[in-house]
Amino acid sequence: MTPGLLSAVTFLPALGALALVLVPRRLDVVHRAGALAVALLTFLTSIPLWIRFDGARADFQFEEVARWMPSLGVSYHVGVDGISLLLVLLTTLLTPIALASAWRAIEDRTKEFVVTMLLLETGMLGVFVSLDLFLFFVFWEAMLIPMYLVIGVWGGASRIYAAMKFVLYTMVGSALMLVAILAFYYQHGAATGVYTFDVPTLARWVLPSGLGQNLMFLAFALAFAIKVPLFPFHTWLPDAHVEAPTAGSVILAGVLLKMGTYGFLRFCLPFFPDATLHFAPLVFALAVIGIVYGALVSTVQPDLKKLVAYSSVSHLGFVMLGLFTLNQQGLVGGLIQMINHGLSTGALFLMVGMIYERRHTRLIAEFGGLWKVIPAFSALFLVVVLSSLGLPGLNGFVGEFLILVGAFQVSGWLAAAATTGIIFAAVYLLWMYQRVVFGEITREENRRLTDLCPREWAVLAPLLVFIVWIGVYPAAFTGKTEATIAALLAQVESKASVALTR
Amino acid sequence: MTPDFTIPQITISVLLPALIVLGAGALVLLLDLVPPRDSKTHLGGVALAGILAALLATVWLWLRGGDERAFRDMVLLDGYALFFDVVICYAAALVVMLSMDFLGRTGGESGEYYALVLFATAGMMLMASAGDLIVVFLSLELMSLSLYVLAGLFKTRLTSGEAAMKYFLLGAFATSFLLYGIALIYGATGSTNLDRIAASVAAQGGDPLLLIGLGLLLVGFGFKISSVPFHMWAPDVYEGAPTTITAFIATGSKAGAFAALIRVLTVALRGVQADWSALLWGVAALTMTVGNVAALAQSNLKRMLAYSSIAHVGYMLMGLVAGGAQGAGAVLFYLLAYTFTTIGAFGVIALCARAGEEAVEVGDYAGLARRHPVLAATLALFLLSLIGIPPLAGFVAKFYLFGSAVRAGYVWLTVIAVLNSAVAAYYYLRVIVYMYMRETEGEGVAVAPSLAGGLALAIALVGIVLLGVAPAPFADLAQAAVAPLLR
Repeated sequence: MTPGLLSAVTFLPALGALALVLVPRRLDVVHRAGALAVALLTFLTSIPLWIRFDGARADFQFEEVARWMPSLGVSYHVGVDGISLLLVLLTTLLTPIALASAWRAIEDRTKEFVVTMLLLETGMLGVFVSLDLFLFFVFWEAMLIPMYLVIGVWGGASRIYAAMKFVLYTMVGSALMLVAILAFYYQHGAATGVYTFDVPTLARWVLPSGLGQNLMFLAFALAFAIKVPLFPFHTWLPDAHVEAPTAGSVILAGVLLKMGTYGFLRFCLPFFPDATLHFAPLVFALAVIGIVYGALVSTVQPDLKKLVAYSSVSHLGFVMLGLFTLNQQGLVGGLIQMINHGLSTGALFLMVGMIYERRHTRLIAEFGGLWKVIPAFSALFLVVVLSSLGLPGLNGFVGEFLILVGAFQVSGWLAAAATTGIIFAAVYLLWMYQRVVFGEITREENRRLTDLCPREWAVLAPLLVFIVWIGVYPAAFTGKTEATIAALLAQVESKASVALTR
Repeated sequence: MTPDFTIPQITISVLLPALIVLGAGALVLLLDLVPPRDSKTHLGGVALAGILAALLATVWLWLRGGDERAFRDMVLLDGYALFFDVVICYAAALVVMLSMDFLGRTGGESGEYYALVLFATAGMMLMASAGDLIVVFLSLELMSLSLYVLAGLFKTRLTSGEAAMKYFLLGAFATSFLLYGIALIYGATGSTNLDRIAASVAAQGGDPLLLIGLGLLLVGFGFKISSVPFHMWAPDVYEGAPTTITAFIATGSKAGAFAALIRVLTVALRGVQADWSALLWGVAALTMTVGNVAALAQSNLKRMLAYSSIAHVGYMLMGLVAGGAQGAGAVLFYLLAYTFTTIGAFGVIALCARAGEEAVEVGDYAGLARRHPVLAATLALFLLSLIGIPPLAGFVAKFYLFGSAVRAGYVWLTVIAVLNSAVAAYYYLRVIVYMYMRETEGEGVAVAPSLAGGLALAIALVGIVLLGVAPAPFADLAQAAVAPLLR
């Protein structure tokens, strides 16, 4: 155990942001390079977490505890387990990539941009490492504002509408969660005499099942479902994704959506096991609707970015399905699929951003025949598209397969309905790919496109490495999570008043 | 029977902070008569020195510890009063600092201004020390009369006159309600002393006369804290009054009124808590909802902040409904956080002008972030604190307040409050939209450089960050401060 390592990873970006605030505005290159350096340093600092993390242990590692507001039972308590470790690394990986992708795309107010992005990274990391409900809520709310600014200041034409919608949706959800947090805290305190926001302590306590537990579950679930987004709370997502700059979309899709699914896993399952079981059929229904609906809507999108945005609704439906199966395969699959979605969709947004920078349009109809002009781009795009639709050998397959195995144990029909989503995914992604890359060149402008530059190679290469790595040898990643997932399931089972179907 | 007449014990130290402030006010009036005549900024310095001296006296009394009461228990000096003295002194000091350049720029500079601010401050401090309904009334009047004049400071501006007139008429009306309430309570219990009222209520319970008196008292206080349905004056007065005075009305006068209200309710009328807390439940829910919904429609920043301050009063009333040390302590902490935040927000507005006029339309702030990034970021942080975004003071304050309500079992009131906070995010964020996401049209806002003003904003900013990141010591102080009330 290394004291301070996790805090260093979490707060390094914020410290870097504070340092960059002091650098004069006109030193544009210092801001870009400095932010990238800070983000890369954060990634390097986070690698020891991966190396030293013991996958055989189910408890929290790299824990740090410090008193903060002792009279309320609030402490600064951080730590990672098999659930949060991968998400922390995903965040530290995607942030430098997003910053590098914005090197040329963001010309206006770069200082503010890089500072905002670094603060956002600290916020996201804080959400994943917090083991105190108060601390978690602080990070959860605090990271809203940087994302709001990224969409609203550096976004597209209707960025203000999109940014406002994003914030208001999230705030309504988290407002009710705050009430549930307080109610849970006081119930725990009244029952045990210990008033604390400490997550592991709260998770050990058995909340009596009934209306209270159901309402608290719903309040938490609403906040997380909006973030995921679970159908029908997804309507903010296409607006936010389409209007956000590429770097914002990458972070939004890659990390922010995972906060919702992470919340279900970290809080809803262990705190409210009976309610989780009670509402699982509802979640299954919404998840499957989301899978099919997201895929169908993607199919008819004329805009590349909107297509990718709606595909997120579909993919996150798979994750939700996996988490609520409450069996080992489903949960591990759901967790891996969170990472996969971050990598694949992040890469898709990056590549859409790259051709947008060249052509200033994202309409599928404006392209065609790109293979002849920019073969390297087209080839990498193919790999990313295939990973997103779940081709065996690439990462997407691993997650979807495990989720479907888990879903099949719950109900064959459920698995069958969800599987249609995979078919539709092949339809919308390949059809899109065909229209953009194959065929004849229909627009003269497209003949002059330039292929990937070294910076763009550098941005995409790490993602492709992980896409193939997870696809070929998933055990390297699932091995870190299985013990934690098994312990979580055992905890849910021991606390639930009815038996799980495993 | 011979009348029992003894000269009450006179303990000056009980009044020390208020006396210092009053003395400084008298000194300002005297110095106003001697040269230099053309500039009055130095009088601001005198006023500031007076407030700081009062603050030091308060801290000294606090460190000395122990409760004191004098003038036949009419004036109390306990931790509760001292806590409010600190809040009010901070508010007054920041307002004076912001005023120094603001007045010179807007042509309202005069010696009386600073004297009246000091008299109002003394009134607010005495409200927190009042142990008798008569003292509540007297100090309320001292504060209110000073503020009525200050609201009309811009003699040549129609809105300022309207503000003063409205504030005076409605305020006088409210005070008469308060006085009538006091009379009825005296009739029902035979005393105006808070402790003796409490004893009488405990002995005989709540008879109709007392309850009517309670209702009238709440009407009077309702006007002063601008709770629905007695909030109508607030937007007009906030809009018309000079911005620095608006800030003072929004913070100091509310702190004073809350100080008296909490003490009267929790000490004297604890016996009928079920009655007033049920009433305040409805008032709180209405106040926050009306305030927030009305604020959504405002394009004038001062009016928007007026409605938002009404909404914040609604939140604070939740703490009273919840009751107990937790609830009252949460209100005190909230007032502290709210004072820093609100003065900061108004302070930024006071520094901005467009074409020689005060810049009060939200459109005036379009593109501010590009031209004055530091000032825009400062206003943004104050607004985020008002929304309740961590890690700023507003968030922790709300957390304590909502926590106390949930603990007392008022979950549905808390649900109303959190949904209100989410709605409120819209209109605060809209200002940020203008500052950061739109471009300036026409002539932009001119920012008056002001050393004292900048320092005041810096203090307020440090305050909201400190209260947000390390709230524990301040929250403990607030908890300790309400302990004397609940004995």
